[in-house]
Amino acid sequence: MNILLLASFVIIYLFIIGFLAYYGYRGTRTVSDYMVCGRSIQPYIMALSYGATFISTSAIVGFGGAAAVFGMGILWLTFLNIFIGIFIAFIYFGKRTRKMGLNLNAHTFPEFLGERYNSKFLQGATGLLIFISMPLYTSVVLIGGAKFIAQILNINYDVALFFFTVIIATYVIMGGLKGVMYTDAFQGGLMFIGMTLLLIITYSKLGGVINAHKQLTEMSDVAIKIFGAKGHTGWTSFPTFLSEFWLVLVTTIILGVGIGVLAQPQLAVRFMTVKSDRELNRAVLVGGIFILMMTGVAFIIGSLSNVYFYKHSDYKTISFIAANKNVGNIIPLYIKNAMPQWFTAIFMITLLSAAMSTLSSQFHVMGTAIGRDVYEKWLGGKGKPILITQMGILITILISLFLAWGLPLFFECGTAIVARGTAIFFGLCASSFLPIYIGALFSKKINKTAAITGFIMGFIVSFFWIFFVHIKESRPLLLCKTIFGVDSLAQGTKWAFVDPLVIALPFSTLATIVANKFGKPLPSKHIKKCFKGIL
Amino acid sequence: MLGFKDFWVLLGFLLMILSAILCVIYGLINWNHGVEIKSIKLEKEKRWAKEEAKIEKVL
Repeated sequence: MNILLLASFVIIYLFIIGFLAYYGYRGTRTVSDYMVCGRSIQPYIMALSYGATFISTSAIVGFGGAAAVFGMGILWLTFLNIFIGIFIAFIYFGKRTRKMGLNLNAHTFPEFLGERYNSKFLQGATGLLIFISMPLYTSVVLIGGAKFIAQILNINYDVALFFFTVIIATYVIMGGLKGVMYTDAFQGGLMFIGMTLLLIITYSKLGGVINAHKQLTEMSDVAIKIFGAKGHTGWTSFPTFLSEFWLVLVTTIILGVGIGVLAQPQLAVRFMTVKSDRELNRAVLVGGIFILMMTGVAFIIGSLSNVYFYKHSDYKTISFIAANKNVGNIIPLYIKNAMPQWFTAIFMITLLSAAMSTLSSQFHVMGTAIGRDVYEKWLGGKGKPILITQMGILITILISLFLAWGLPLFFECGTAIVARGTAIFFGLCASSFLPIYIGALFSKKINKTAAITGFIMGFIVSFFWIFFVHIKESRPLLLCKTIFGVDSLAQGTKWAFVDPLVIALPFSTLATIVANKFGKPLPSKHIKKCFKGIL
Repeated sequence: MLGFKDFWVLLGFLLMILSAILCVIYGLINWNHGVEIKSIKLEKEKRWAKEEAKIEKVL
């Protein structure tokens, strides 16, 4: 990579970001400016900023790399991302969350649940769960970004990670959230152009859409030779039903992330910040196309990179082996080899901004979870909540940095750790929050006991499955080995490959339904207040 | 079809594109919908202004 070329791109990029941040800050100083802006140009900008926040580096680098291993069956995840994560989430969940959040004057996701169920415990416990488990997700975003920088600039991963974290920490602490809308929209636009070019260049290099797919299909024998024992049948077909690869692809990647997205705290918070349902309607349009062009393209390119590397005179092998069995390195390696230098520079900036926009909102959510939800509301703490929040942000940055440094050492190299980390967080959220979140939005009869029972059951079953059964996590986490002397209680059976979400979600749903028969109903006055304006 | 080996992968590919098209159609149809609260407020204000004008006439 030509350092001079890259440096000039980075300088131009930072200059534009700086200008937009200043412009946004200046433009939103008065209420009337804000209102006028909101009525004319804002929806486009706003909708683009949605997409930029949704898609992090891990979605492109991590899951794109996973696609190179699992093949195009992973496109089902893009379908779920669009259909459930955008269409269902915005239209059916978003509108109700926005109205109910307004009725209850809730500002965070834990506060929303706490107020809805009249339970300070629920607010505090939800906040605590977010504060503890979210750094895992944040760290995989960091890993994705740092790995890409290390690969492109040919530098040590730890060095890349350190500088990347320092840049983002500065960005968040300096108050980069002001004018974030404009910078997000710019970043979203860049991401869109970058991924579109990537798709066009790749397909044209491989002789067109159908031709490229055909070449990948013809490589089935190679896939079976390498991964056949685990159930691989080729990159354009699903793995053998209930094989190890099938269980990971379907239960962890497709269902874990595809359904988990509904109960993501950062997403639910976004619904509460928009002014009207109109913004959500518009965001459906842009969000649908944006997700298609981000994850859809990343998955297609990841799979097709196998054709490229297999034909390449220097590699003559599949992507997984070309990238030294390191899934996170596949997409960066492909970009570095197959794309022109100017594109690599643009793509690097694209990924940096994707990570930055996602991380800043993650740090914000974690900071408010510990400051407002746990300390102030649950524990009744007094003092300076802003200071507590800032301390919370600082602690989560440090935990995330530590995890981003330690996780790749802990987990085996070939594991798609970036994809798995995201899946664990999504799965934990889905099993603990989804039944009670749906209940909060759609049922007037659900009570506090049901909500608390469902939450605890979802958390306990997920936790148990992660630490003691799901071998991909239980083995490196070592707790099962320490207590029982085995890597997983289900070792040697297929249960060891079933994702926690698939087990925990039915349990927590059932627990919520059963417990609802026992608890006292919430006061009708409270229910009326919650559902005011909601049909 | 489309160079894929397996029907389920083909289905995933098609559903991915169709769901994006669904989002576009929904967004276009409802582009200006969803500001009912403001319009109700506006109508309330209009009604109030009419009443006010009437009262002033009577006076």
